[in-house]
Amino acid sequence: MARKEVIQLRRDPRSLVLAFALPIFLLILFGYAISWDVRNIRTAILDEDRSAASRELVDALRASGYFSLGDFLVRSGDIEPLMERGGAHLVVVIPPGFSRDLGAGRTATLQAIVDGSDANTATIALGYSDAVVRTWSSQVALRGRSFVPLVSAESRVWFNEELASRNMIVPGLVAVIMMIIAAMLTSLTIAREWERGTMEQLAATPVSRVEVVLGKLLPYLGIGLIDVVATCCLGVVLFGVPFRGSAALLMFLSFFFMTGALGLGLFISAVAKSQVLATQLAMVATYLPTLLLSGFMFSIESMPSVLRAISYLIPARYFLVVTRGIFLKGVGLEVLWTQGLLMLAFAVSGLGLAVAKFRKELG
Amino acid sequence: MRAKLERIFEMVRKEFRQVFRDPRLSRVIFVAPVIQLLAFGYAVSTDVRDVATFVVDYDGSRESRELIEAFTSSGYFRLAGASRRPADLVRAIDHSEAVLGLVIPAGFARDLRRGVTARVQLIFDGTNSNVATVAQGYAGRIVQSWTARRFPSLPPPAVDLRARAWFNPDLESRVYNVPAVMGAMLILVCLLLTALAVVREREIGTLEQLLVSPLTPGELILGKTIPFALIGLVDLVLIAAVALLWFHVPFKGSALLLLVASILYILSALGVGLFISTVSRTQQEAFMAVFLVFMPVMLLSGFMFPVSSMPAVFRWLTLINPMRHYLEIVRGIFLKGAGLAALWRQFLALFLMGVGILWLAADRFRRRAAAG
Repeated sequence: MARKEVIQLRRDPRSLVLAFALPIFLLILFGYAISWDVRNIRTAILDEDRSAASRELVDALRASGYFSLGDFLVRSGDIEPLMERGGAHLVVVIPPGFSRDLGAGRTATLQAIVDGSDANTATIALGYSDAVVRTWSSQVALRGRSFVPLVSAESRVWFNEELASRNMIVPGLVAVIMMIIAAMLTSLTIAREWERGTMEQLAATPVSRVEVVLGKLLPYLGIGLIDVVATCCLGVVLFGVPFRGSAALLMFLSFFFMTGALGLGLFISAVAKSQVLATQLAMVATYLPTLLLSGFMFSIESMPSVLRAISYLIPARYFLVVTRGIFLKGVGLEVLWTQGLLMLAFAVSGLGLAVAKFRKELG
Repeated sequence: MRAKLERIFEMVRKEFRQVFRDPRLSRVIFVAPVIQLLAFGYAVSTDVRDVATFVVDYDGSRESRELIEAFTSSGYFRLAGASRRPADLVRAIDHSEAVLGLVIPAGFARDLRRGVTARVQLIFDGTNSNVATVAQGYAGRIVQSWTARRFPSLPPPAVDLRARAWFNPDLESRVYNVPAVMGAMLILVCLLLTALAVVREREIGTLEQLLVSPLTPGELILGKTIPFALIGLVDLVLIAAVALLWFHVPFKGSALLLLVASILYILSALGVGLFISTVSRTQQEAFMAVFLVFMPVMLLSGFMFPVSSMPAVFRWLTLINPMRHYLEIVRGIFLKGAGLAALWRQFLALFLMGVGILWLAADRFRRRAAAG
């Protein structure tokens, strides 16, 4: 039964190419092209002071590496058209009298205008400019008199020391790719059998329902696990994502997760019975929630409570804890045992759903 | 000419009838965009609030409690647990129960009173790089403002940075993302419907029937694309209504300009859909092709990931992505009230791409039709 499915898959080279090329394609796209790391914030300067101090501050901004200084404006009226066409994310305004205030020991004001439409970039840009200005200002204060900061906050980042979004996305991608392979591939190829009526032919053979489901499932399970290995290797080799935990544990839990996802894919195909509908359902039921509600890209904590509640029902949410835990934190089963049990439950219930539905449909 | 128009009209009517005969399909067209808008609108949020914080307070003084209180009352951090043993902090971070560990060493209050620099340690779980970056910024500012408030006799800082955010003063990520969902949904609906509709006819064999009918290939293309363009526009109105009435996204610009941009944008979506239909034999292939086109178009558009953070090669690539230009227009119109003066480049790009892609696709379709 499984052999038949393999033969059928091999005869359909496009699906096969898809099964292996898609993960690589996604990995390159997600791992290389996109990132949240805010660098090179397009910054314009309006220096109304034109003093040595103001130039020094501009140099400090430039030297920080976070800002790419573009336009130097001359009139405050230039700010609005520049921001409207998205020519700058941040405008730093140095008012006249800046150096005078500094020299007199008064607090000099500085204005940062940020394009708030992209709230995330804006927040980070403000954070960076705040930090740069604070450091510069304490250097200025140090000249002449001795000054010690009263409280120093030392921050340290664990697990992802350089705070690269790549390190967060690649481990999550393992889960997303498996979900896509499972849901899309199975729901498509099996819905095709329903469409053509070959599924009924199967029902006429002496193969039992459980055997049908398992036979359909095994080849894809193989593909999915190969994809996991490929994704992990590429992620580590190509993108330098750390892998600190046990590879065996990752494979073991991936096996459960994949089984559950495939069961779900089979179930969807049996419900939909047409390719178009099956793919639509697979998109809505598995792919989108995995992408949006699992914490893959957007942190669950900042979602409204209704969505947070729904996210508990998304298996990928738990699997992401597993992949990130193993990749970045290097933790083992002693931390991940709850997630492990949930993966097992997902595998069993996915399979159960598929078998029950097949039994009903095929009589 | 009149006969031509009538033929196209008949074709459009037939196409509509076919779409609405399948109730599931019409549900996909009208219900799915709204559901996805709601999902995206709520889930796609990069706002960082309520960061789970684990406190290890070795000092146990009034000052240390005040500092902790400053963190938790800011709204950016919430207390996830407290202990005096560092092992508990490690455990909480390993189990993802806390993202920030705030460690106040013994002697914190003593150092403060003596005027020696008192140290506080902040340990971030960097797994989610975005949350960690933003939280770091917040934490630094909280410590600084707490110190300034606690010790008013300190010399004031040399420079005071006053920040203002234009266009979105509360820095809510939703008002930026919701209008962008429009771009994603429009292209998805148009791509999918056009590609699948043509390929379905080919699969069933009715495409040959249409080709031998008095319809010219040009009329056939118009008949196939006009209905989906109209459906796309209805979706546009639907999504815009939900964005304005439900999410209260501000709309500062001109609705007419938005409509023009959307039509230009739909042209390129239809063109790509038509092109896909000429290269796929089955609906499955067409669907996969749509998926393969849609993913990079969405990711390289600035929808969820800013274009400015991409490597240079990909930044250049985004220039040939119609969605990138459309999103700039949509966001400009919604949030900034920008007009043609600010957006003419994007309009020009959309126009060139829409006409170009549609023309190429139609040409290919016609040649394939002629070849049988």
